[in-house]
Formats: sequence, structure tokens, C-alpha cells
Amino acid sequence: MPDVLKVALIGNPNTGKSTLFNALSGLQSRVGNFPGVTVEKKIGRVQWGAATVELIDLPGTYSLAPRSLDEMVSVNVLLGKQADVGTPDAVICIVDASNLERNFYLLSQVLDIGLPTVLVMNMWDVAAERGQKIDVAALEARLGIPVVKCSAHKKTGVSEIQAAVQRAVAGGPRGVTQLFPAVFATETQLLAEKLAGWGHPHVAPYLLERLLLDVGGWLESHFGGQHAHDLFQYLQHARERLAAAGCKVPMIEARTRYAWARETLKGLVVQPANRAVTFSDRIDQWLTHRVVGLVSFFLIMLVVFLSLHTLSPPLQGVLEAGQGWLSSQVASVMGPGPLRSLINDGIIAGVGGVLVFLPQIIFLFLFIALLEDCGYMARAAFLMDKLMTKVGLSGKSFVPLMSSFACAIPGVMAARVIENRRDRMVTILVAPLMSCSARLPVYVLMTETFVPDVSWLGGLVSLKGLTLFFMTFFGAFVAIPVAWILKKTLFRGETPPFVMELPSYKWPSAWIVLRRVYDSAYSFVTRAGTLILAMSILIWAAGYFPGDHQESDRLQAQIEDLEKQPEPPADKLATLSAKQNELSGALLETSLLGRLGHAIEPAVIPLGWDWKIGVGVIASFPAREVIVATMGTIYSLGGDVDERNPDLRNTLKNSKWPDGRPVFTLPVAISIMVFFALCAQCASTLLVIKRETNSWGWALFTFVYMTGLAYVAALLVYQIGSRWA
Amino acid sequence: MTTLDTLPVGQSAQITEIQGDDAIAIRLMEMGLTEGEEIRVLAVAPLGDPVEYEIRGYRLSLRRTEARRVLIRKEAPA
Repeated sequence: MPDVLKVALIGNPNTGKSTLFNALSGLQSRVGNFPGVTVEKKIGRVQWGAATVELIDLPGTYSLAPRSLDEMVSVNVLLGKQADVGTPDAVICIVDASNLERNFYLLSQVLDIGLPTVLVMNMWDVAAERGQKIDVAALEARLGIPVVKCSAHKKTGVSEIQAAVQRAVAGGPRGVTQLFPAVFATETQLLAEKLAGWGHPHVAPYLLERLLLDVGGWLESHFGGQHAHDLFQYLQHARERLAAAGCKVPMIEARTRYAWARETLKGLVVQPANRAVTFSDRIDQWLTHRVVGLVSFFLIMLVVFLSLHTLSPPLQGVLEAGQGWLSSQVASVMGPGPLRSLINDGIIAGVGGVLVFLPQIIFLFLFIALLEDCGYMARAAFLMDKLMTKVGLSGKSFVPLMSSFACAIPGVMAARVIENRRDRMVTILVAPLMSCSARLPVYVLMTETFVPDVSWLGGLVSLKGLTLFFMTFFGAFVAIPVAWILKKTLFRGETPPFVMELPSYKWPSAWIVLRRVYDSAYSFVTRAGTLILAMSILIWAAGYFPGDHQESDRLQAQIEDLEKQPEPPADKLATLSAKQNELSGALLETSLLGRLGHAIEPAVIPLGWDWKIGVGVIASFPAREVIVATMGTIYSLGGDVDERNPDLRNTLKNSKWPDGRPVFTLPVAISIMVFFALCAQCASTLLVIKRETNSWGWALFTFVYMTGLAYVAALLVYQIGSRWA
Repeated sequence: MTTLDTLPVGQSAQITEIQGDDAIAIRLMEMGLTEGEEIRVLAVAPLGDPVEYEIRGYRLSLRRTEARRVLIRKEAPA
């Protein structure tokens, strides 16, 4: 037996494959990407008795007929052609015990590959409850491979699977039974000879099979190398010969494999005589109902959305309080200076800037995992599909986009469930246009300060309220044409099938749900969090250097000394603070960030902005809401103002251009809001996009298209608005 | 010749053929829509599309454009 046993895990979606993976591998799994594709690579390393086992989780799939590079990964892994994984010693094929026939389609393809295979019949308990009986021993004899009953969510059957895998590996390579008619075997042989002549000897029999069967498949167009054209022609002729012999491709595969599935299961599965109308059937009747279904859908989504909005802020408050406490601890042991500033304003603020997203990620994935595990997620996609097809997407994009209204980061992460690459990419790219909660402080500051106090219907409808409402949905309106254009240009292609299984409803398992939440939070912190932290420190440095901070540090030390006194002298403190704030503003102006603000002034003047707004926009790149604090610093009010601060509002109202005109007018305020609605002022989102798309290019693309859109929109608003006002 | 998208809610039919050899046709066959199988319409989404079907003992959602690829023979009323 090899030193490390490599075991691949494959199965249809909704069979509890991830649950089994977790049950088999414990908490020790590494998540990454297969090189060059967006397919997630999950590898768990565990000790099964004396054997060290490396468990490779392959993406859930109904079929091993690759139509894209992403789908080719699973085939490559099973054939031992994926260099970063190596050759598996065995494969576990997991199936839903209550839906054997359809699951056996994939099993039959897996068996064709010839690796030692173990069949795991998961959700055994559910099938047994329904009165289904399966003769496991007889099935094992017919298939010639170990068959194990399992209820992964209860962790039953796990040790039997370990034993079965070791038994299968010990048994050595399996013979492959030819399911297809003899004429097919002849064609496979001919194709092998042809390919050997073109410099491809020893092509795996499974790949030969796929080349013949997959019309328009990935292999057909990527296999031949310099003989690609010849191969293409040859395959067309081969398929014509097969059709003439009564083996019409691609129909022959489904017909053969499903006939095999039925034959294999014949007499071994006893279904209850009268299939009772189950609890699941009754729920489904209501949840997909024309009226009740839609109403319950909107209620569920409302609960999800409101929870994100109301449950996250208190937790974020706790995190911020913790951050404040930590900074004050640092301040109590360390005098003001560059190192303290780095620790407090760079590192602690940066870590805080990562953690602040955690509550939303945790709550969203808690709901997604609950809805997914109980079977509702597929219904949500079913209900919303028609609406989403209007912009060229599918129902599966709805939940990621809706959650982006709270925060684009969990929204982008939630897009992982969309199997089709083009749909997933478009969803990820437009998700940041949804108005997240970080834009609200900007809207509130601008609206409350500059929108006239007009109201109608006895104060029920106010112009300020309408402005806030409009700004909240502005991004979503813009997302409609953007998604449509992306689908017509960069992501053009045939409409992907929306053939979607609607799994039976079941009670969600706490263990599965919590594990899913833990995985998303962990992967965000470790894989995007570090980049976000680095970005925060960079921006801190740009705002700190160059500049002589001695005077400012001295003032700060004086203030802190005064504050330590039992009764701090209020008037003296106020004078010092004012001086200190003045100085901070001046230091920011001469820092790299301030100079950048001045440098881009010619570009922002057409938007009606002065350099101070420019600095605010640059400084808020790590996170939009930072603009409020930056405005506070730059207007010498200190960095701890919030959007409801009256001093900040008055200062904004009174700030003037050198010629005495006020800087902020209504068109300027709207231009700022429109800019923030559309721009990609959120480094964290861009870094999560990089991580999810596995490419810096798409993060850069998002930044460029959103900032470009924001600039043009703000320009139009200001230029038209200022002429009209 | 009748196509699956025209089958009303609650009715069953036998599949006679899947038209085409593109991604959609292949996916339909992979999901178990093969000739001779019985398929039943369970529900239509509130906006009129997609449609929920039952086949081989499980539930499946198909858009109308996809269901149009499936040729069926209505079963004689029992």
C-alpha cells in the first residue's frame, strides 16, 4: 500500500458530498484553487488507522462529460493527469440513497475510468424512513465494488467507508465492463490508432469514449494539437458511422447508462407500495405556489436582509469598541510617535477593517447554509429565474445580488453556487454596484446637509427620505444595463442550461450549517483578510509620510497628560485639541495622500469637487465610510467625527473656493453621492473578487469600469445640475 | 408532435425524443430524460417560467425553452 493513500470524492450535487468530506477529513482541510481555473480545490489529510489519507473533494456534478476547462479538472484528477494532485488510489462515489437511478449515471462513468471505487449510499436514514429497502449485499455482488450505507450528517457509516476504501485499494485495479454496443468499442479502437498516428499514443480509454460522445465538448476542441482540424473531421465521420449502426451520439450514452442503472438495480430496491404524499411534497406545493410561494419568498428574503442590516451593526459595534480599547491600551504604554501611529492607525485599524465584515459574512452564510441545507435555495432560484433572465442571468444570481445590498463581500462569495462560469462572473462583476451599508454614511451626510428640508403628506414623505431611497436603488438600476452589456460582450455565449434539480425538503443539520459558516469566515479572514490588512497599512503610510509629526506628537502627549488629571481643564483641552486638529489637517495636506489629492484636482474640478474631496475619495479606497472621518481630519475637526456631526455639516456648508464661492452646493452633493454609488471605493471587495475569480485582471476590470462609470455619472450630474440650479 | 412545454400541470406523458445535440440536449439526457420515460408536470413558477417536473422519482426544474426540446406522447386517459 502506498505511503499516502490518495482518495478522490465525487458525486452529484445535493447528495451531501461536502458533509461526507468534512466527516471523513475532520477540520484539517486546505482550500485553494486548481491552477488556471476557478474550481475550488479542497484537500483533507487524515490518519485512518495506520494509513495516511489525502482526500480530494471534486466539484459536485451530474456527469463527467467536460464542456469546459473547469469541468475537465475532475476528469484530469481521476485520470491522474492533474499534476498538483497526482494519481488517486481510489475514488469514493457518493449517491443519494433515495434517488439511485439518476445518481447511477455518474457512477457508471466513474466505473468506466477503472480506478478502485467505493459506492457510498448517503442519506440512508431518509430513504429508510420513507420505507425504501435496498439489498446492499446483492448490489455489491452485481457491481463488484464495496457498497456502504451512510448518513453523513449523523456521521454514521464513516468508519465502514474507511475500511471499504482500504479493501478496494487492496483489491488493485478493476476491470472495466463495456456497456456500449460492440460497434462503439470498434470505433474507440480505430480512434486510438488514429491518435497514435498523430502523436498521441496511450490515450486513456475514458478520453477516447468522451471524444466520440461529447459533441461540442471540451476535448473535441482542445485535444488534437496540430491535428485538431483532422481530429474534428474524423470525429464527425466516426459519429456518422455510429449513427448508421444505430448508436446515435449523444443519445446513446444516456440510453446505455440509464439502461445499465435500471438493470443493475432491478429487484434490489423495494419502494413502499403506495408512495405516500410526503411532508416535502406538501411544503413544495405551497412554496412554489403562484401567490403563497411569492409572498413567502419575499418574507424569507426580507428576514434575511433585515437580519443582515440589524444584527450585524451591534456586533460590529462590539468589534469597534474592542479595537478602540486595544488602541487606548497601546496609547497608555507608548507615547505618540510613528510606531504608535503604525500600530494603532495602520495595523489595529487594518485588522478591525477586516473583522468588521465578519458579522455580515457570518449572518449571510448562516442563512444561505440554512436555506441551502433545507432545500429552499433551489426553489428561490426557481421563483426568481424568469426575472433574472431579463438581464441574461439565471435565478441563481438572485441571492448573491440581494445580499450585496448589505455588503458586496459576502455577496461575491455567495456567487460560488452559480455553476456556469459566465453567469457567475457577471454576477460577481455587478454585485459591487448594489448599494451596500458602507455607502449609507456618505448618503446621510450629503442628504442631511444639502438636500432642502421639504416634505409632503404631513411629513410622511420628505425630499431627504426620497433622496436616500433613490440613492439606495440607483446602483441596482445601473447594474441592469451593465449586466446586460457584459452578457452581450465579454461573456457572450450560448444560454447555459437551467436544468436544476429541486431536492426534497429536510430539516437542516446544525453541524452542516455551522461548518459552512465557519468555512466562509475562515476563508475570508485567511485569504482576503491578509490582503486587506496590507492595503490598510499602505494607505496609512500614504497619509502619514512625508511630514514632520513632532509638533503634533507633542500636542497629543500634552492632551493625554491633561486627560489623565482627575478634573481635566476643559477650555485648555479644547484649545489644544483645536490646535492639534488644525495640525493634523495640515499634515494630511502635505502627506503623499494630500499631494495626490492636489494632483488629481484638475480631474475632479469638472465634477464640482475641490482637492479636499479628492483626498477624501482616495483615502476612502480601503472602505467607503472612511470618507467621513477623512473629511473630519482635513477640515480640522479631528478624525473621530461621524456623519451626524453638526460641526462637520456646518464646516462643509461654509467651506469656500478661493474666490469665495461655496464649495458644496446641491449639485456637488448629488455628484458626490452618485460617484460613491457607482465607484469601486472598496479595496476589500476588489480583493475578494481577485480571490473568487482567481485573477487580478478581473479585480482591476471591476475597479476601472466602476470608477469610469462613477466619474461619467458624477460629471453629468454636476454639469447639468449646476447649469440648471 | 407535442412538446413537453405544452403539457398542463398535473398531467403525465411519455418522452419520445430529445431534439438537438447541444449542451441543453445533453444535459436533459444526463438528468434522465430519455425515450420511454414518464414525466409529470408538478407546478409552474409564479412568473410563468420555469416549470417543475417529476421524473425518475425526483424533481426537476426546466425552462420552457428547454422543455420545448422534449417530444412527448400523451398517455391514453386511464
